[in-house]
Order: sequence, then C-alpha cells, then structure tokens
Amino acid sequence: MIQTSTSIRLLAVAAVGAAWLAATPARAQIVVYCGVDEDWCRGMVTEFTKETGIRTDMTRMSNGEIYAKLRAEKDNPRGDIWWGGTGDPHLQAADDGLTEPYVSPMLPKLRDWAQKYAEVSKNRTVGVYLGALGFGYNTEELARMKVAAPACWTDLIKPEYHGEVQMADPNSSGTAWTVLATLVQLWGEDQAFDYLKKLHHNINEYTKAGAAPALAMGRGETLIGIAFQHDVIAVAKTGKPVQVVSPCEGTGYEIGAMSLIKGAHHMVEAKKFYEWALTPAAQALAPHFGSFQLPSNASLAPPPESPDLSKIKLINYDSAKFGSVAVRDHMLKRFNDEVKSLPR
Amino acid sequence: MKRPERLWLALAAAALVVLPWYGLEDTVDAVLALRPEAMPALGQAAFGGCFWLLPLLLAPALAGWGVARGRPRLLVAGGVIGIAWLALEGLAIIHRGWGWDFLSVLGPAPTQPALGWGALLFALSCAMLVAIGLARLGRCRGDVFVVAAILLTGLSILLFIGLPLLSVLASAVRDDAGHTDVSQFLHKLTDGSIWGFGCLHGGGACGSAWNSLAMALLVGVTSTALGLAFALVAVRTRVRMKSLLGLLSILPVITPPFVIGLALIILFGHAGMATVFLADHFDIPRSRWIYGLPGIAIAQTLAFTPIAYLVMAGVLQAVSPSMEEAAQTLRAGPWRTFRTVTWPLIRPGIANAFLIGFIESMADFGNPLMLGGNYTVLSTDIFFAVVGATHDQGRAAVLAIVLLVFTLSAFMAQRLWQEGRSFTSVSGKGDAGLHPPLPGGLKALCAAAVLPWIVLTVVVYGIILGGGFVVDFGRDNSLTLKYFLTAFSIEHGVGGWFLSGSAWSSFITTLELALVAMPFTAGLGLLTAWLLARQDFAGKGLFEFGTMMSFAIPGTVIGIAYILAFNVPPLELTGTGIILVLAFVFRNMPVGIRAGLASLSQLDRSLDEASLTLGARSFRTVRLVVLPIIRPAVITAMVYAFVRAVTAVSAVIFLTTAQYQLATVYIVGRADVGEDGMALVYSAALIVVMVAALGIIVLLVGRQRIGRRGLAAGNMGVGVA
Repeated sequence: MIQTSTSIRLLAVAAVGAAWLAATPARAQIVVYCGVDEDWCRGMVTEFTKETGIRTDMTRMSNGEIYAKLRAEKDNPRGDIWWGGTGDPHLQAADDGLTEPYVSPMLPKLRDWAQKYAEVSKNRTVGVYLGALGFGYNTEELARMKVAAPACWTDLIKPEYHGEVQMADPNSSGTAWTVLATLVQLWGEDQAFDYLKKLHHNINEYTKAGAAPALAMGRGETLIGIAFQHDVIAVAKTGKPVQVVSPCEGTGYEIGAMSLIKGAHHMVEAKKFYEWALTPAAQALAPHFGSFQLPSNASLAPPPESPDLSKIKLINYDSAKFGSVAVRDHMLKRFNDEVKSLPR
Repeated sequence: MKRPERLWLALAAAALVVLPWYGLEDTVDAVLALRPEAMPALGQAAFGGCFWLLPLLLAPALAGWGVARGRPRLLVAGGVIGIAWLALEGLAIIHRGWGWDFLSVLGPAPTQPALGWGALLFALSCAMLVAIGLARLGRCRGDVFVVAAILLTGLSILLFIGLPLLSVLASAVRDDAGHTDVSQFLHKLTDGSIWGFGCLHGGGACGSAWNSLAMALLVGVTSTALGLAFALVAVRTRVRMKSLLGLLSILPVITPPFVIGLALIILFGHAGMATVFLADHFDIPRSRWIYGLPGIAIAQTLAFTPIAYLVMAGVLQAVSPSMEEAAQTLRAGPWRTFRTVTWPLIRPGIANAFLIGFIESMADFGNPLMLGGNYTVLSTDIFFAVVGATHDQGRAAVLAIVLLVFTLSAFMAQRLWQEGRSFTSVSGKGDAGLHPPLPGGLKALCAAAVLPWIVLTVVVYGIILGGGFVVDFGRDNSLTLKYFLTAFSIEHGVGGWFLSGSAWSSFITTLELALVAMPFTAGLGLLTAWLLARQDFAGKGLFEFGTMMSFAIPGTVIGIAYILAFNVPPLELTGTGIILVLAFVFRNMPVGIRAGLASLSQLDRSLDEASLTLGARSFRTVRLVVLPIIRPAVITAMVYAFVRAVTAVSAVIFLTTAQYQLATVYIVGRADVGEDGMALVYSAALIVVMVAALGIIVLLVGRQRIGRRGLAAGNMGVGVA
C-alpha cells in the first residue's frame, strides 16, 4: 500500500540520517576563531597549515560574536586562539580572564602601539594590525548633488550634507565607540558632544553594525559614511565609486588583536600559530586578501594601498581609559540622553 | 502482548553492558581498539572507578522483576529510577568536578566526561519501560503507542526547549559575576529604549517593544489577507496560471530573508533602480522611505505570505464541498455561501496563518537588520545586546522575555478565540461534491490583490536570480560569470574532477543537514499535533505551550541558549552536526504542529473511532486513516522543515563551526564585506536547488486523496509547486 511505503521511506531517510550523524569525522588539531573577513581568515589558516602541517579548523564571526561565544563556552572552551578583529572585545575578554597571558619572544620586534597593547592587557592580548578611523564619500552621489567633498570632521556638520551622513550607533558598534572616544580626545568632552549634537541633524541613520555605513555608501544609499579607512578602501576595491578621507584634524584608530583562549585544548599548537602570526611573512599576506591595515611587525612596510601613515594625523589614543566600563557607560548615557533623543 | 517490555528491558541492559557509556570523539575507532574510555557503564563502574553508575542497574532489575511477576507498577518504578538517577549523577558530577558547590563537603570531586550512545539508549529504554508500564496500568486506554508518544515528545521538548530556555532566562537576573541581582533586572526591564513613546509626541523614537508590536500586527494582517487571496485564486478558481502561482508563492520561503532586503534596496533604495528612474523622469525626489517600517513590512510580507498561503490552501482544500453544496441547494447565492459556510470553516486556518505571520515577524532578524534604519525592533536589539559593543547578555535576556510575552499572548488569544467551536467538515459520511465558484466581487478583489504582488515578486526575484550575473546591478549592467565561478567552479586536477569553488563546502553541508532534519521535524511536529488534537492527558496545555516556545523565541536567543545548555557535560553537543539538526528540528517543529492541528480540526473523530472500533490500535489508525487524509499538512510540514533549515540564519550563527559551515552564514559574511554579487549568486543557486528538492519531495509524498468528483480532484496538487 502507498501509505505503508511512505512510512517505510520516512524511516529509511531517518535511519540514513542517524547513520550519517554517527559518522562524525575526527576533530582538527587547532581551532581558530577569526574576527576579520572570510578571505583573510581563510588565507591565514591555509598558509599556516601549509607551513607547519598543523591542521586548522577556522570559524569566522564578527568580534562581538566571538566574545559572546567565548563567554558562553568559558567552562569548556572550543577554540584555541582568537586572531584578528578590533581590540576592545579582546581587552574585555582579558579583563574577564577569558584569555591566557603569554609573552612572545617576538614582542620587542613589534611596533610601539602593539607592545603597548600587550602591556595594557597584562600580556593577555597583543596588537597585530592598526586601522585608522576616517570617513568616505560616494563620488557619483557627490557629482549628482553638486556639493563639495568633505575633508575634515567639522565639514560633516555643514548644512549641505543634511540627511546625508551615516554612522554606526556606539551602543552596538565598536567602530562608533571609537568615533566617540576619538572626538572626545580631540576636543574635550563638552565640545565633542556639541559637535555630535550638530552632526545629529545631518545623520540619516545610526546603523547597528560598524561597517554598515561604508557598505551603504558603496551602494549610494548615503553620501558620506563614517567608518574605518580600511573598510572604505575594501568597498572601493569591489569597484564602487567611493573615496576615502582622512580627517584633517587628526583621527583615532583601532588595534586588531590576538589572544590565546584560556583552557584551550591545543595550547602548544595555538602558541605556534601565535608566533607565526606575528612574523613579517604572515602579516604580509593581508593585502592579498583585500585588507589594508598597518601590520604590527616593525620590519614590514605597510601595503601601498593602505592609507599613507605620514598623511594621517593619529591622535594619542588612550586605550586604557576608553576601554574601561565606567567611562563607556558615562559616555553612552550622555550620547543617548543628549544626542540620540534629539529630533532631527 | 509481553513482547515490547522484553525488548526494551533487553535494550536497557544492553545499554549498560555493551555500548560505550561516555561520549567519544571517534566512537567506532575507540570501540574497535578496545580503549578503556570506550567501556560500557558496567565496565566503567567496575574498572574505571565510576562507582556512582552502579545504581543504574536498579532500573533493569526492578523492571525485570515487574515483567516476571506481571506487575506494571514495577516497570514504571524501574524506568523512573533509571532516568532520575541518570540525570542526578550526570548533573552532580561533571567534567571539572562537582556540578553543585554544596557537594564539596563530600570531599575531592570525581570527574566524568559527557554522556554517549550507551546513556542515550539507556534513557530511551527507561522512558519506554515507563510508557509500557503506564499503558498496562490502563492509562490512555492501555495504548502503548499513545503513552510512549506523549512521554517521548514531552521529554524531548523539556530537554531541547525547556532546558536551553531556562539557562538563558536565568542569565536575565544574573550580573556579569554570576550573582543574582533582581534590581538590575527590573532596571533593564523598565528601560526607556524598550517602552518609550517618543514617536507619538514629536521627533523622538518609540521603544523597540511598541515598534515590534506594530510591525508584527501589520505583517500578520497583510500576510494573512494576501495568503488567503492567493489560496482562493489557486484552489477555488479556474485561473490557468495555478502552477505559476504556486511556484511564485513558494519562492520567498526558500530565500534567505536577508537577500529580499538586499533586492528591495537595489530596487527602492535611495540610489535604487526604481527610485532613480522616477527621479530622472518624473521629478519625484529621492528619499529613504524604504528604511524603517515600510521596508520591513514589504520584505516580511513578501517572505511570510507564502506561509499563510500554504496554511490557507491546505485548509481550503480540506473544506468538504458537501456543506457548500447544501447551502446552494437551499438557494444561497455564492456570496452568502461564502460568508456563512466557507468563511466560518476556514477560520481556524485564518487564525493559524495570522499567528504564524505575527510570530515570524516578531522573531525575524534578517529583514530588520537590512531595512530597519532607525526603526528599532526587539529581535535585532537582542542580537546587538549580545554581540554589540556593550555585550549585555542580561539585557538580551530581558528583551527576550518581553518578546516572549508578546508572542505567547498572541498564541493564548488565538486559543481563546477558537475554544469550544467545531470546524469539522470531513467525516466518514459520503463526501463527494464540487466546491462552488467564488462570488464575482471576491474573485475580482483577490485578483486585484494578487496581481501587483506577483509583479513585485517577479521583479524582486529577477534581481536575486540575475543580480549575481551582472557586474553591479543598476550601475554596471554588463554580464559576468566571475561571481558564479568564484563560488561554484569545478576544476579538473590530478585526482580527477574536484569542487574548487569557495561555496561548495557550506552548500553541501547545508543541504545534508537540512535533509537529515526534515523527516524528524515533520514527524515530531505532526505527532505532537495528533496528540494535541486527539488525546487527552494531564499537562496537555503545558505540553502545547512548550512546543510554541521555541517558535516564539528569536533564533539568536536559541543559538546562545543552545551553547549555554549543551556545551558542557552531561550533554556535550556543540561543534557537532547534531546540535545544528536539533536546533532545526525544535525550532521548526511548530509549523508542523500548526499545519497538523489545522487539518486535524477539520477531520471528524468518528473516522478514528471507526478504525479503533474495528480493532485497529492507535498506531495503525494514524498510519492508515489519519496520515493519508492530512497529506497536505504532511507536505507542508516536510517542505517547510527543509526550507527553513536551509534558510535559517540567526539560530545557527553561533552554532556553526568550520566543519559545519552553513550557506546562510556564508552569504551573510559575503554581504558583510559588500560582495553583493557573491551573496546574490549563492542565493540564486540555493533557490534553484530548493525548487528541485521540493519537486522531488512532492513526488515522493504524493498528493491528498479525498474522494471527490473529477474536476475537484484535478486541483489537489496546487498546494505546493
């Protein structure tokens, strides 16, 4: 009967499924949680496996997702090493004791900001790249609207850009938090908030994710997007009409970091990855995968596409102060009460 | 009838003395190599020092005594003791020592790894022994199948919905250091960003709770109305484009929701094709109207109308024409027949469709993420509370509670509305007849609603399917294969042909996992529906409530909850394919339940009773009477289970690993870095494969066969393309 054969078919499918699940392959030798984009992540672990013969099992997520996963898994960590992604979650994880202190013999060969990062986190994390903050504009939209291109932070509050600036919401995005911290360090707290209130009139959307303004700018959905310069360059590299700007007043930056996960099942191999990731050879891979941040190894010259460091005025970013929860809560409350609640 | 208890008794014993008790990374190898960690429970107790496993032997001993003496009470006792002790020792002794702090008075802690196949079989056998014992004691008219079904589905719901949910809700009242802090909980619960009314008096923004509610109500109504219109046109008219309609209506379900948002931006965004066209030719100023409630509502209605359509089509087909014929015989016109006979009969379907639309909209994550703009809703707020810069898991849990209260209230309201009414129309009596034609005005109304919608769907899908094959849609429309080749190229190398495209691994894994989850999801859903509709047992309301929970929780919360609950022994599942399948099964099961309930409520109990009177047991009745009649529901459940597993994003984003990389996560990753072409070409490939897979499923499962005269029978296959 048809009915009988149906249930037999169902049973067969179920049995095959169960057998398939039982035949789970053995685990890889090192598990890398990777916080940058897919291409770069995949390129890094492939090259590592090629050179060392250590099999890698890489999971790519946004850095916030990795931090959330680390917290959820803290009793039984699945990952061994956390490579890449903006530094604040790394610092937070260091603060929570989710990562393992380790002093690499490579440390003296790194640039100052990378060494300082290790110092701030009590050696639980180390800088692997630096990305400067900035903004960009869509050249086609600029021509269509017949307005001048912005060059400075103060240009962004001009009335001709009304409703044409996009930035992320510092409540949800580390990138936007860096914007907030940068402006406060540039001008002092009160003046920075005055600026943000004026900027608020020109903002069309506070996006949830940090890279979203760069993408929206590439699609022509907004004229100006505030983001990390390497994110803007990455969008331009996909063929979109986008121009990156390094603000004339100077700007802040993020440091991409690396941490060993506390209680990692494969600590020895993870340390090998750690050492390897700090070598010039490994750091020179980045531009091949469309990432143009500045490498932390001092012997390696920055890639030609990356923003020229001599033309960027970097402020002396105080990671310790602006990484602290109390300062963050205070600033975010001020931002929500004084800026975000204003009508546009 | 002593056979089943002997079988399960033997299996319980075998679980203790044959199968490896603890979980292993490579079970088969370890057993073949006779490694000590692969020993069964008895071996572990005797040689491994795990003396606390010994009391487990009580279970088969008691049950064996019960079988020998013919005392069912002992069967029940044995099973209950087995499961209780298994849970107790499993939770008390974990991988890093005592599971509960107060146990440390007992001295240094022993440790044990996660449970394995032996423990799984033992738990299953114990549950079956309890079921058999209860049935012998006369519960559920002595029907072992019914008791076992209730017990097993109940236990699995408790384990895979209740436990994860509890662990996440517990984190709502806990601060970062792990201490209970109720004042902080209350502070977060009453936050202005959740309950604010800023949008009503000038300029500000409303709280995410009100935004979510408004959005869900709007989408629930529009998707139900459109779904009904589609179903009426497809099932009750002679429009020739029925198969096209079926295909179009199924398309949005098989699309990762994310991509619909992307296509809408390409069309109606600030620099979208339609927007620019209107600005250039008609001087309509460009605006960002798509970002916010309008955009989300359009995208969600596109996505959820087909679900409403599937539900409504199933219900409309199952309405017996004899009632409508009776009304016509009594000289009621088409309108009157529709209003007084058809409409009341399809009301459970309407309520179900609305409920699904409402809940789906509340829990939807992809569309608000793409199109939300400054319109904040709960589901995205939850995600960014967890992964955003503030990393506030407590706030995420609070928001999840608010979301749950909304969805569960909708669920309760629907139940109250339906309570005490009968919608039965297919009974054992003669059921031959023709559905009457639709009233003219209604037909025109349906067509007017359906046609523009079809146009929009075609355009959106033109962009999704074609967007991956042009350089940059709207800006540079020259054709290219580069995205397709990057994702899906096949090269000929030393060892023959191999899949060199970057998308293959996630593509194949996704289809495998979705296929594995499909029969379990549909089976569990329909079984639960049958239990709810046909059996009365203690705790039934709670049972139904539990099943709806997983549907009402947004996927992100499920993902976090599953990690919290299943990362450490006794149940260690993270990093495996099993946890993904489980997440799919328990997250999508409610659709099977809804579809099954809607169908079953139209099926008269007399059919079951006739079968039972003729001496068939429940299982035989289900198999030979119920299943064939509710075939549309079976198809709906299977199709939906498969499709939802393939297109799920939020629930799995935390659960995927490199070994089990999923298609949607890959697509989101591509769109994250601005590679829209790659995201679109991958989605197009998924859509094509799913259409093919759906065709095969429909062929395998077949079509509904309710004996009706020729013309109507020809309409039956329309439910699913």
